[in-house]
Amino acid sequence: MEITSAHYTVLSAALFSIGVIGVLVRRNVIIIFMAIELMLNAVNINLVAHARYLENLIGQVFVVFVIAVAAAEAAVGLGILLAFFRNKETVNIDEMNIMRW
Amino acid sequence: MELIWLIPLLPGIGAALNGVFGVRYFSKQTAAAVACAAMGGALLLSIVAFVELLGAEHREHLVELAQWIPPIALETASGIGAFEAPWAFRLDPLSGMMILVVTGIGSLIHVYSVAYMDHEPRGGYVRFFCYLNLFCFFMLTLVLGSNLLVMFVGWEGVGLCSYLLIGFWYHKKSASDAGKKAFVVNRIGDFGFILGIFLVFFTFGTLDFRAVAEAAAGMPVEEGTFGVISLICLLLFIGAVGKSAQIPLYVWLPDAMEGPTPVSALIHAATMVTAGVYMVGRNAVLFTHAPEMMLIVAVIGALTALMAATIGLVQTDIKRVLAYSTVSQLGYMFLATGVGAFAAGAFHLMTHAFFKALLFLGSGSVIHAMNEEQDMRKMGNMKAYMPVTFATMGIGTLAIAGIPPFSGFFSKDEILYRTFLDNTWLWGLAVVTAGMTAFYMARLMFMTFYGEYRGPSWGAAGHADGGQEAHGGQGAHAHAWHGPHESPRLMTAPLQALAAGAVIAGFIGVPAALGGGNRIEHFLEPSFVAEAAHAEEGGHEEAHLSHAAELGLMGLSVLIALGGIALAHRLYVRRPDESERLAADFAGAHRVLTNKYYVDELYDATAVKGTMSSARGLWTVDRNVVDGAVNGTGWLTRASAWVSDVVDKYVVDGLVNLVGRICTEGSYAFRRAQTGLIQNYAVATLFGVFAFVTFYIAVRYFG
Repeated sequence: MEITSAHYTVLSAALFSIGVIGVLVRRNVIIIFMAIELMLNAVNINLVAHARYLENLIGQVFVVFVIAVAAAEAAVGLGILLAFFRNKETVNIDEMNIMRW
Repeated sequence: MELIWLIPLLPGIGAALNGVFGVRYFSKQTAAAVACAAMGGALLLSIVAFVELLGAEHREHLVELAQWIPPIALETASGIGAFEAPWAFRLDPLSGMMILVVTGIGSLIHVYSVAYMDHEPRGGYVRFFCYLNLFCFFMLTLVLGSNLLVMFVGWEGVGLCSYLLIGFWYHKKSASDAGKKAFVVNRIGDFGFILGIFLVFFTFGTLDFRAVAEAAAGMPVEEGTFGVISLICLLLFIGAVGKSAQIPLYVWLPDAMEGPTPVSALIHAATMVTAGVYMVGRNAVLFTHAPEMMLIVAVIGALTALMAATIGLVQTDIKRVLAYSTVSQLGYMFLATGVGAFAAGAFHLMTHAFFKALLFLGSGSVIHAMNEEQDMRKMGNMKAYMPVTFATMGIGTLAIAGIPPFSGFFSKDEILYRTFLDNTWLWGLAVVTAGMTAFYMARLMFMTFYGEYRGPSWGAAGHADGGQEAHGGQGAHAHAWHGPHESPRLMTAPLQALAAGAVIAGFIGVPAALGGGNRIEHFLEPSFVAEAAHAEEGGHEEAHLSHAAELGLMGLSVLIALGGIALAHRLYVRRPDESERLAADFAGAHRVLTNKYYVDELYDATAVKGTMSSARGLWTVDRNVVDGAVNGTGWLTRASAWVSDVVDKYVVDGLVNLVGRICTEGSYAFRRAQTGLIQNYAVATLFGVFAFVTFYIAVRYFG
């Protein structure tokens, strides 16, 4: 069976959906981060697959950007999380309501 | 003569000193000394000025002190005139005589008051002399003023002092009421007077007496008509009627006897009440140009003389008899001016000032001796206790009754003679009045000084505390009374001086029929005519009776006076029971006279009640209509405010609250969506994306 771009697209969609569900249903911020990474990487797969399919390198370039941005985002996010954890001693998103009116 | 402005000013200064400093700091002696010195100085100046006037070629002297009202352009009958009034004083024969009378008699009365008011506490004593001096100030301003406005200042001023002095014992209700009555009744006259002043200015464009006289002399005599001059005279005469207590405004004068006796003597007999006569004399030229008005003046004078004399017949209060006698004599003076005998009126004014002041001061002496008793029924046989008072009052009585050679004879007879020439009817009234005058004055003398003593007893052991009598004390009743006694020297000396005046004052006016030259008449003449008219007229062309007829008239009036005295002697000395029988026989007439013709009651029922009820009516209107309107407006405002309040509270606030309520209620629904949980928002976003994609696909592939 030949692997076509449709397979990649389906895989990407599946991974993305898993990431979305993870973001929506989990309470642990670390896991939510991981779910976000999952979604970003689902996008990466999609970009790479289509770059090959369309024989265009712009998709590859985008992937590098996405990885860079994801790394930066993870660093900032984990920094905030660490600072928060020191104050509240929790990583449960339900308890993160100090900015709420 | 340059200093005549000092004559009124000296008493003015005395009043100011006593009024400003005296009430606080002066002792009784100082206050009396200040007042008497002021009057003495004024008297001295008056005598000097008068002597100079006698020696002067032109017997008129004008001293203009200052400008009072600077010229104001006002419309008059003959175009625009300058309304101005300088503080100017004019000394001429008439005002010269008047200042002598005022300062002379005023000084004597000041001296008399020193003793008479001795029982008064210090404050009242000083106040009394302050008022007395103030009165003299205004009176002298009145007589010396050279124009109507300065005269009016004096005129109102004496009215004020009269009010103050009548109500001097203001804690006594009758006294303060009498003061108010005098003031209010005088206001009626003053209203006429000031209207007259306005009309004088409007007609002649000036207020100066001399200028008015010259202007009026050039106008036609209003024979048989009632023109503008007559109207002026009527208005001025209304003023004179108020001040000089003539019908119908005489009612205040008898009540004015509530004041201290020296006040009655000075103000209500000798000086102030004669101001009306003086004023008519001052405007003699105007009056001679209004013959109709002259007749009214004469008739009012004669009627007043008669009416007051009849009331005087039955009064028992010694001062009231004298008061009605004063009204009556003032009537004579108006009768004289009314028949054109201005000089005779002024002459009688002067002699009357002497003998009436004398009679009042004498009655004061008696009242003093009787411990403030004024009822003649409680006197009698006083001649045994007070010979000097008796003798001087006797002279006064003979003078007023018109017995020769006392002063009243000459002046009254001159009036009677001139009246006879003018109008026999009025002469008849005047002669009857003369008889009554003699009768009631003799009655007063006989009831007071003759017969048996009818007063309260004295000297009982019960109040024999004479040794510790407190002098300068607490009013009359703090002193023990030791029965009637002759008054102190300070009181009898003025009496003697006035009695001397009452004897000799008449000799300056001895009529030609008795070999005299009637000098006073020729002396006063220039004051009563305009200069132009005087120059061309030269001699008078009046009706003259033969000297024999004139002597006959004199004899008749003397006989009538003697008859009056004899009748009084019979009724009150020889047969006292007969007078009571007469009173009983004519009970109706007696009651009417005792009640003064019910004039006071009439005025009370008409003028006073009318004023009061109209005032009440206006008050009711004020309370119900005016106040009602104001209150109604207030009520309306409050009602509309209430309505607006309700609208505001339920409609406007309701709308605002409704909006708020809707927002509040609405927010419950929307607030639930705002959970603050990022995941919820993410779900919403996700479903939004689903919806959008679904819609997109639906439109893209199936639309």
